[in-house]
Amino acid sequence: MKPEYQKVAYYPGCALEGTGHAYNASTKAVGKALGLELDEVKDWNCCGAMEVKNVDPKVQTYLSSRVMSIAAHEMNAKVVMAPCNGCYHNLKKAEYDLANDEASRQTVDRISKKAGHETYQAGSLETIHALDWIKDGIGEEELKRRLKGSLKGLKVANYYGCMYTRPRHIFPEKDQGPGSESTSQPHFMDDLLAAAGAENVDFPLKTACCGGAHTLSDSDTSTKLVLNILQAAEAAGADVIATECPTCHSGLEMHQVRAEKVLGTKTKVRMLYFTQLLGVALGVSPRKLGVHENVSDGLALLKERGIA
Amino acid sequence: MAIHEKSLIRPENLKVQDKVVVDGVDVSGHWSTFIQSRVVTDYNEALEEEIAALPGGEHIHRCWQCGSCTNSCTVNALNPDFNPRYWIYLIRTGMESELLRDKDIIWQCVSCNKCTYACPRDVEPEGVMKATAHWLELKGHTQKSKSTLFDEEFTEQVIATGKIEEGRIIRNFFARTGQPLLQDWLVEMAKRVARRLPFKQGLMMGWATLFRPRTRKWAKASAALSEYVHEQEQRNRKALRIEERA
Repeated sequence: MKPEYQKVAYYPGCALEGTGHAYNASTKAVGKALGLELDEVKDWNCCGAMEVKNVDPKVQTYLSSRVMSIAAHEMNAKVVMAPCNGCYHNLKKAEYDLANDEASRQTVDRISKKAGHETYQAGSLETIHALDWIKDGIGEEELKRRLKGSLKGLKVANYYGCMYTRPRHIFPEKDQGPGSESTSQPHFMDDLLAAAGAENVDFPLKTACCGGAHTLSDSDTSTKLVLNILQAAEAAGADVIATECPTCHSGLEMHQVRAEKVLGTKTKVRMLYFTQLLGVALGVSPRKLGVHENVSDGLALLKERGIA
Repeated sequence: MAIHEKSLIRPENLKVQDKVVVDGVDVSGHWSTFIQSRVVTDYNEALEEEIAALPGGEHIHRCWQCGSCTNSCTVNALNPDFNPRYWIYLIRTGMESELLRDKDIIWQCVSCNKCTYACPRDVEPEGVMKATAHWLELKGHTQKSKSTLFDEEFTEQVIATGKIEEGRIIRNFFARTGQPLLQDWLVEMAKRVARRLPFKQGLMMGWATLFRPRTRKWAKASAALSEYVHEQEQRNRKALRIEERA
C-alpha cells in the first residue's frame, strides 16, 4: 500500500468535463466511498490528447508539463492522478522526454518562462492512473471490507486500450515483477473487479486498439476495430466490457451504434466504466455514478442481474 | 537488403505473348510469361534525410528491416497494403515514386503504438508514419487528410483557450471536411442517451457548448505556443527546401 495515494492532485482532463462526465462522477464517488481524497489541479489545461503531437510533439510535452508544474509547485503535490488514458499517457510521456531529451527540456523551459510559470522538472511528481490509485491506495483486501453489494454473476471483459501500456519505455514502473502492472497482460482492473465479485472472462483483446485517434476522421476503420473488440468480448462470454478511458469508452459506444447502422451488425455487450462497476458494489446509487448517461444501457442489465 | 514484396510484381509488369514460337516450340499464352525488368533511376537521395528532419522521423536510420512493426500493426490487419516496414525501406533507399503509390493510405496510422512496442531498434515507427504523412502534405503530394484537419482544429482550440470542447470540435470538423453533422448514427446515439437523460442535465450539456470552457491565466502560454508553432512550421519547410509562397 502506498499512503501517498490517500490524497492526490486530480487531473480530470477535457473529456471528463464532456462525454466522459460519468467517468468523472463515478471516479469521485468511488474515491469518497473508499476515503481517498482528490484535490483538483487549479487552472489545468488540455494535455493535447492524440492530436496536438501530430502538429508538434513538443507542444504536447509543454501542455502536460504545465499541468505537472501547477501540481508540483502551486499545490506541493507529490502524486497526480489522471483517470483518462490519454492524459495519463501524455503526462508519462512528458515526464520521460523531460528526463531524457535535452531539446524537449529546452523548449519546455523557454515556453514556460514566456508563459510566466515555473518550469516542471522531471522527477518532482509521480503520475498515476485511477487504477493505480485504487489498487495501491486501498488494495483488494480493504476494498472487499468496504463492499456493500457484489458484482456476483456479472461476466466482465476488461478493456485497457493502447495508451495505458504502450509504448513500454514511458512506463518504467510496469513489468517489474509481482505487484506491478504488466504491459502485455494488464491486470489491475481485473484484480479490482474480481475483488468486487465480478467474474472476469478470458479476453484476448485487452490492449487492442479501438481506433480512437481516427474515430471521426476515418470512421470506417474505427468501426471495424471496435466491432472486432465487441465480438471478441461476446465470444468470450462477457455481459459487460469494463473501460478505464473516456475515449475508448465513447469510441466503443459510438461505433457499436455505427456498426449497427452502417454494417447492420448488432452486438449487445454493454460498456461500463470500471469506476461505475466498483461504485455499484460499494453501494453508490447508479444515478450518482452516471450510469444513465451511458449510451449502451448498462442500468437495465445491472437491474436484471439484481446488482443495482 | 533483399525484399520480396508481391506488390513489386504488378500486373502491368507481366508480359504474355499471345502467339510466339521459339526454336520451333509453341510457347503462346501463359507459357511465355515474363516479368518485365524494372530499372529504377529516379532516386530521391534526400528522402530519408527529409523524413528524419520532421518530428517523429528522427530514428528512421536505426531500422534493420525485421518487420516487427508490420507484423504487429493494427491497420495492416485490416489492409495488407498498409506496410510500415516496406515504407521505411522505400524511404531509406530513396524510392520516392514507389512510396507515392501508397500516399493515400499512410495517414491512416491509428497511433496504437504496437509497432513502437515491438520494435527492437527503437525506430518509433509510429512517429515515422506521422512524419511521412506530414511530408506528403508539405510537399503537395496529397491534400491535407481528414486526420490532419482534425488535429489542426483540435490544436487551434487548445492553443487559443487551453481546453477543448468536444461538441465544438465535432461541429467544426464536419464543417471543415464538408460532411453533414446529422449522420444517422450520431442522431441514433443522441436519441439513445436522451431517452434516459433528465431534461435538466441535457440542458447543462448544451450550456457547455455555448460557454466554451477555457483555462484561466492562459493568455501568455497561448502567445508563446503560437509563436513556437509558427517557428516550427518555418523550420520544417526549410528542412524540406520548400520555397516560401510569395
